Amino acid sequence: MDTLHAVRARGVSKCFGDVVALDGVDLDVAPGQIHGLVGPNGAGKTTLLGLLLGLAVADGGHLEILGTPVGRALAAPDGVAGFVDGPGLYPSLTARQNLAALAALRGGARTAGIDDVLDQVGLTDVADDRTRGFSLGMRQRLGLAAALLTRPRLLVLDEPANGLDPAGKRHVHGVLTRLAADGTGVVLSSHRMDDLEALCSEVTILATGRVVFSGPPGKLATESRELDYRLVTSDPPAARQVAADTAGIRVVDDAGARHGVDRLVVRALVPALDELVVRLVQARIAVRELTPVMSPLEAAFLALTEQQETGR
Amino acid sequence: MTATAVDDLHDLNDRAVGAGRVSVSRGYRFELVKLVSQWRIRLLVLACWIAPALFVAGVGQQSTLPTDTLFGRWMLATGWAAPLVMLGFAGTWALPLLTSVVAGDVFASEDRLGTWRHLLVAVRSPRRIFVAKSLASLTVILLLVAGLACSSTLGGIVAVGNQPLVGLDGHLLAPGDAAGRVLLAWVCVLAPTLALAAIGLLGSVALGRSPMGLLLPALVALAMQLAQMLPLPVAVRLALPGYAFIAWNGLFTSPMQIGPLLIGIAVGLIWAVLATALAYLLFLRRDFTDLTYDGSGRRAITAGLLPLAGLLALTVTVVAVATPSMGSGIQQDKVQRSVATAFAHLYRLQTRQLNRPDVTEAQLRASAACNKGAGQLAAQGPGNDWRCVVSWHLPGIKAAGTAIYQLDFTADGRFVADGDGPKEVNGYFLVRTPTGAAPNPLWQFDGNVELLDTTLEG
Repeated sequence: MDTLHAVRARGVSKCFGDVVALDGVDLDVAPGQIHGLVGPNGAGKTTLLGLLLGLAVADGGHLEILGTPVGRALAAPDGVAGFVDGPGLYPSLTARQNLAALAALRGGARTAGIDDVLDQVGLTDVADDRTRGFSLGMRQRLGLAAALLTRPRLLVLDEPANGLDPAGKRHVHGVLTRLAADGTGVVLSSHRMDDLEALCSEVTILATGRVVFSGPPGKLATESRELDYRLVTSDPPAARQVAADTAGIRVVDDAGARHGVDRLVVRALVPALDELVVRLVQARIAVRELTPVMSPLEAAFLALTEQQETGR
Repeated sequence: MTATAVDDLHDLNDRAVGAGRVSVSRGYRFELVKLVSQWRIRLLVLACWIAPALFVAGVGQQSTLPTDTLFGRWMLATGWAAPLVMLGFAGTWALPLLTSVVAGDVFASEDRLGTWRHLLVAVRSPRRIFVAKSLASLTVILLLVAGLACSSTLGGIVAVGNQPLVGLDGHLLAPGDAAGRVLLAWVCVLAPTLALAAIGLLGSVALGRSPMGLLLPALVALAMQLAQMLPLPVAVRLALPGYAFIAWNGLFTSPMQIGPLLIGIAVGLIWAVLATALAYLLFLRRDFTDLTYDGSGRRAITAGLLPLAGLLALTVTVVAVATPSMGSGIQQDKVQRSVATAFAHLYRLQTRQLNRPDVTEAQLRASAACNKGAGQLAAQGPGNDWRCVVSWHLPGIKAAGTAIYQLDFTADGRFVADGDGPKEVNGYFLVRTPTGAAPNPLWQFDGNVELLDTTLEG
């Protein structure tokens, strides 16, 4: 039994009739790791999260959660919490009553615990309001609070940032980061690449039920094809010339330069980009900003989406 | 996947998750909290515990009585008539609607709110979720039924009083006896109520968020009531799960007509068990990861409705084989016996009202000669063209007294006998008693015949 992993999946497959939702998926999530799942609609993210939460049974492969083989059981082991397709809340109950009912259900109705999780997600002020009037972001935060009540060792969240305003997002990010620091494994899916890049130490990209990438987001930059980078320097015309003379670099947008703006966009692989920076420095051109126009994760996601569209 | 495989899978599940499971009692409390937090449930509870008493008090202030309802004509005579009037109303309208609102929505509400996955992650056992939900909805339904019964009884006793009750065959039931039979009647209708509740569970599971799931118990109850109005064979009537809503009438005759009531209760309970079992199997087979699932597939019909149709056919066959009851059950000899018995009991009541010398039923030797369609039709079956001539004797008087009644028979065996003279006996609505005018018990009275030939004559 491997207790080092919050999740360990090997060759997991799941079909719904003729539709293959998951096809030989491998996944490793360490305790204390925030692991992102990304992929186009229908890639199998929700199915995979459903397997982790015990809402469905895998047709094949091997799945261990918190060191316990899941096998054919329809429920995940103790210590797993979370939600898919939005949190389940009862609109006729207040936020506090929703949590109290859930705590009583799990056998640990602790008022202090309820107040604590409400505070963690920033819902103390509306604790005694019925959830019927809650916005999507408030519902998401209350769903997270409900998951926290059980003190999970594996937290599984589907699109937790949906509908969150900046303050709500800060609360959620803070909670997830603290949980991970305390050793809880977190698996979350999201279409918001900025969230995933800010939170996740590893991501898995799924496409049509298969894993097409798994690893740190930074690794995507080295593995992916050419990306567009925005380059801001102290001498844009000279920088454009240096870029044009550097092998592997293409200037794809100098519209900014034409309009007197001191930036240009270049397309390159990471090694060529490194070479460009060295040459700019040697030419005594200060590099004020060099950032991807689009994150490697987002670029990979779009590439996958385009492939799917093309394949249709 | 077969039912056995599903059970095996859930056994495995239960063993595997061990301490992570939520007990049925906790799940039950959780479901109760959710149900009671709904405004419509709170309003229903309030209505069931208050409205019947208000209704009874209101009737007490009126000069007219709900005489078209069984025992309605006695509502100003005794408080024990009120819970029986309420029982008749409940069997026709209130209980089907209450079971629809509670049991018919207990699973569908999770579909509507999108909370199934949340609930499964929390409870970790579909089996326990089903048991907890079923028990919670049953508790609320029992609370509502208890409210109807207690409120109407208390309202009747407080507003009218604790007087003897006139039974369905005219004999007087002492208050204590009436109380026992009223309680028994309410307990008996729990069987068809459970059947409707189970059909509600089945509809809620099988049809998901579709309104048809919510309406299923009410529609089934309506269909059963329509069927009871048709000239169907007795075996078919008794095989319907709602027959105990009618058969409780037999508790208020002497001797009690127990046979049809027991059959009605048994059929109701069998329907309750089967519909619950079907709902359970459908629930365990459900794919909770499929967001688009609304249950209204072909499998829900084949697995949910066809077995109930099969059960109906089976119960009809069993009742038909066990009892020689393929006719209407309303025959001339039964009608004559029933009318004569009721007349004799009520004549004694009238005698006491008028302060005349008491006579016994044996001394009266009442008999009835009844025909249908002025003798042009076979004297059997329901209809409003029954006519009876009742004869009786008084001690010391040679000539027999006679009175005429027009009978309106419904297919379920109930009748209303309307006096048609002579005016001294049954011609007037009121009689003059030493204490003032009082309703004439012989002017119009309710009665019934037992559709099955199971009760021995007393």
